Amino acid sequence: MQVFPFLVVAWIVVVGLYGMVTSRDLIHQIICLIVVQSSTYVLLLGVGYVTGGVAPYLFDISPHPKAVDPVVQALALTDVVVEAAVTALLLSFAVQAYKRFGTLDPHDLAEFKG
Amino acid sequence: MTPNAVMDILQVTVLVLVAAGATVVVRTRDRIRLVLVLSAYGMLLAVLFFVFQAPDVTLSELAVGAIALPLILLLAIAKVRKPQ
Amino acid sequence: MTSRQRLWLFALGAAGLVACYLWAFAGLPGFGHYPGPYGPEIMRHVLAQTNATGVVSAVNFEYRGFDTLGEEFILFTAAAGMSVVLRRLRGEREEDSSPAADAANRQIPATSAAVRVVTLLMVGPTAVIGWWLATHAQTNPSGGFQGGVILATAFFLVYLSGEFIVFRRLRPDTVLDASEAIGAGGFAAVGVTAVAMSLPYLYNYLPLGTIPGAISSGGTIALISFLVGIEVAAAFVLIIGELLDQTLLRREARSEGSS
Repeated sequence: MQVFPFLVVAWIVVVGLYGMVTSRDLIHQIICLIVVQSSTYVLLLGVGYVTGGVAPYLFDISPHPKAVDPVVQALALTDVVVEAAVTALLLSFAVQAYKRFGTLDPHDLAEFKG
Repeated sequence: MTPNAVMDILQVTVLVLVAAGATVVVRTRDRIRLVLVLSAYGMLLAVLFFVFQAPDVTLSELAVGAIALPLILLLAIAKVRKPQ
Repeated sequence: MTSRQRLWLFALGAAGLVACYLWAFAGLPGFGHYPGPYGPEIMRHVLAQTNATGVVSAVNFEYRGFDTLGEEFILFTAAAGMSVVLRRLRGEREEDSSPAADAANRQIPATSAAVRVVTLLMVGPTAVIGWWLATHAQTNPSGGFQGGVILATAFFLVYLSGEFIVFRRLRPDTVLDASEAIGAGGFAAVGVTAVAMSLPYLYNYLPLGTIPGAISSGGTIALISFLVGIEVAAAFVLIIGELLDQTLLRREARSEGSS
């Protein structure tokens, strides 16, 4: 349990990269990029966790509890929302590539220049 | 069982499910199926963040990863479909 | 290079990556033993300094407000980039803009009554929940980013219920662009106002309130969170709108080619 979440992070990264390398479809490649990015959220929250800690909200508990780290949660929070917008931009690139070249296979797309 | 042990078991279970979910997302090749699998993966991640004592990140991941992102993906897939 | 060779190259690279990861994780202090001084330090001083009980939002909009400003502008740029990338290619004309004609052009099955009732009933509560989340950042787990996305979801529900005409009328481009600009620019303006009062950029200059966790507490946190909520909602509705407009354009080209 000391190191298990980090092993899961490494697994997700490798699986996502494997999907990107062996993909024959641009849309599938973009989704594998999302999977790789989700591993960073798990890593951030795993680093900041305190055993026996509560969520860092002081609304109805004593003012000095033993709480998990709030800074990494703030980073992960904005990250999640911004990732969706960037993925939408990537998908629009894929849509334009399909309109221009008629195919979404990365191996075929690599042959076109310019 | 002490509360710490219960939390440990819960976290290990959800972590294993998330690892399996990532593998399933990567191995899905059909596009329409990918949308549903991605939505399920987003919900699993939300449960993981909840178990890691992060309710704010859970809210974000639920709204974005399980709803908005599959919708954007579905619309993009609809545009690159071969016209029937 | 064949695909087998590519796979072997990837396996080599992945092995190196995993070795580096394991070496790095061995140096971490273990899961659950977070030692760092930053987190506990903030937890100790947040009530005294900002009177806000939602510590994550306080960190997001006050202690690390500058980073959040950057992230929000990433969102803004992504939405603007989509409008540029999805511009009409030469050879595609815009069809007649009467919404009824567009709705008649679509050959889709009508949505079932159950779906329509449920989605239309949920539009109101979703919008209210999104608004509530965007304005209560300093008290509970909520904040501008979550509330904005849920507010955008309320718009999508209208699209899902099959009311395409209403959906197009609910998305006037001028209003969306204006609200996105107000959200993004407003955040920057709050910081600039602090500079105008000869304080550091993004300093918390509004009154902090007396009751920790009440609506009036937190100073600029509530204001910034509200502006961020507006901006995120407008950006997401714009993004979905861009993708939807493309579908309508393609149907026009296809029906022209087949006639």
